[in-house]
Amino acid sequence: MTRQIIFAITLLITFVVFFYTINRIVRYFRLTRPAFPVRNLWKRFGLMMKVAFGQTKIFRRPVIGFAHALVFWGFCVIIFGSIEMVIDGLTGTEKALKFLGPVHDFFMASGDIFALLVAASIIIFMIRRLFFHIRRFEGTEMKKRSHIDAAAALSLILLLMISLLAMNTGYVGWKTIAGEKIYGLYPLSRVLAGLFPDMSSGNFSIMHQISWWTHILLIFIFANYLPYSKHFHVFMSVPNVFLSRLEPLGKLTNMDNITREVRLMLDHDAALAAVPADAPVERFGVKDAEDANWKSYFDSLSCTECGRCTSVCPANLTGKKLSPRKVMMDLRARMKEKGPSVLKYGRDFNDNRSLLRDFISEEELWACTTCNACAKECPININHPSLIVDMRRYLVMEEASAPGELKAVFNNIENNGAPWQYSAEDRLNWAKDLEININ
Amino acid sequence: MATRKIEVPVMSDLFARGERPEFLFWVGCAGAFDDRYKKVVRAFVKILAHLDVSYAVLGKEETCTGDPARRAGNEMLYQMQALQVIRLLKAYDVKKIITICPHCFNIFKNEYPDLDGNFEVINYLQFLERFIEEGKLKIDQASLNNISVTYHDPCYLGRANDIYQEPRSILKRLTGGFVEMHRNRSFALCCGAGGGQMFKEAEKGDKEIFIERTEDALKTEASVIATACPFCMTMLTDGLKYKNKENDVKNLDIAELIAQSLGL
Repeated sequence: MTRQIIFAITLLITFVVFFYTINRIVRYFRLTRPAFPVRNLWKRFGLMMKVAFGQTKIFRRPVIGFAHALVFWGFCVIIFGSIEMVIDGLTGTEKALKFLGPVHDFFMASGDIFALLVAASIIIFMIRRLFFHIRRFEGTEMKKRSHIDAAAALSLILLLMISLLAMNTGYVGWKTIAGEKIYGLYPLSRVLAGLFPDMSSGNFSIMHQISWWTHILLIFIFANYLPYSKHFHVFMSVPNVFLSRLEPLGKLTNMDNITREVRLMLDHDAALAAVPADAPVERFGVKDAEDANWKSYFDSLSCTECGRCTSVCPANLTGKKLSPRKVMMDLRARMKEKGPSVLKYGRDFNDNRSLLRDFISEEELWACTTCNACAKECPININHPSLIVDMRRYLVMEEASAPGELKAVFNNIENNGAPWQYSAEDRLNWAKDLEININ
Repeated sequence: MATRKIEVPVMSDLFARGERPEFLFWVGCAGAFDDRYKKVVRAFVKILAHLDVSYAVLGKEETCTGDPARRAGNEMLYQMQALQVIRLLKAYDVKKIITICPHCFNIFKNEYPDLDGNFEVINYLQFLERFIEEGKLKIDQASLNNISVTYHDPCYLGRANDIYQEPRSILKRLTGGFVEMHRNRSFALCCGAGGGQMFKEAEKGDKEIFIERTEDALKTEASVIATACPFCMTMLTDGLKYKNKENDVKNLDIAELIAQSLGL
């Protein structure tokens, strides 16, 4: 009974801290702007199954992608055992889900095997981070904190897997020697238990007890560490894929407030009738964190800083300052910095800093070719170019700020209907003196 | 060999005569004003004439779709252009648009519908591929003497709109010597001209993007770099000049290769 009470209190603390943190982050969504209505739920479900659970985009890098897929799939099956542990801990049962029979066997067996596969993948990740110079793990945005964060999360996962295997080994050894029935299949731990032929049933039982508590406490710590870490993607990536933009990558979102203004210019009376008189005056584009739409902010929270986006960015590859990963990290950091005060003092709060310039420079924004390589590469469908273009929109339409050549392009389009300074009268010059051979 | 003079049909003329073409061929700014790319447009209308397609161009009435303005953040200017264009196209009762420029294609297909500009938009590669499939456009590998060709995916056909198959299918019919660059299809590297970069100097860095991409193409040792976008053509042609390879390696548009193989 004491055990159950201790467990219940621990679980309660875990949930309270977790929901406190989540609430702190989620409330910032109230500051963000609308992006798109979430429709086509079946299509979204299909996309989630394919991209998130099928890990299709991570397989764009087949070798290391496979290692990640093992970790992801491992988590998916191991969570079954974790839920059972929580039930056992609360009710004092042992293997509470054993009534599921073959389903229980399947999850125990696959969890047992995946524990090793996940551990192996994590060790590969650690070795890569520590000993190989991987370009995408570097960059100006990758501060020491990011590297420590990565190492901490990987170590936690490794410990989770070791404790899981120790727990299973303890359970199998203890039950086998005691001649009691083993619930679930543990193909790997059965072998591991066989490696300790001299260990007594009692010692196996102690091993099981210790690793059971270690494993569940690590899960609680891990869950509460994640929201403060780039590894928040453990929670965010699947929903982020579900909430993906469903449009082709080439499509930019229409600014309906601009459409109203332009229609007003072109057809004054009709458009005027369509605009409510008390429509709020809204800033064009994104200058600061609260100007971003909810999807961009969701993207920023989901980012794992894996750097696949930056590693394929043509601007970054050729030494420009732009790094799509940094853009996402900056939005997240700026919201964390400014969000609390905006919630407290309202939208007029001003700390004389902004996402633009204090975090993301104009030089970075103007280096983007909108080629969408970053968005295509992102394993969880983050869309960086939409945020970059939103920030350009602020620069151009609110500050009339753009590189000189682009201002000339705007003038030319306005005056001659072409980005170059040529007359529309010459538009058909190419068609002169055309003839084809006929056989 | 006999020759036939081609008059490019202009929409306003046809309308004055009470005729309605099936397609509007949207030439685009580069087709109208870029000397190199004018040749691509000429090659394409030769193919249209060869196929006896019912089409017209807007000629002097054509204007910018607003794409460079939009991608550079000037949504106001973009929408002013777009609403003008949509009004013009509706006045001519346009139903189907053929584009050669992927940027024009993308904006017509994906972005004009938000402003009530709904048209059937076809990229010239999709258009030509259909004629080839139907057997109306006969090209064969022998005609280009199996020269080796590599293909650079324009971002706004590839990643933006998932058009990867048509150019490859056409090129493989044109020559037995088709080779891929190591970064191809959705992995293709941008030429460096998108998002308004065509019209400005690149930001400070240690290399030009177009040189990086030209190197990808040169590594294949193909003698022709096939492109399907006016801006990619400008960038890669510049890249070849920079690498002093303009005499060994040609940068041609797929339309030019087809026209060449047909002996037009």
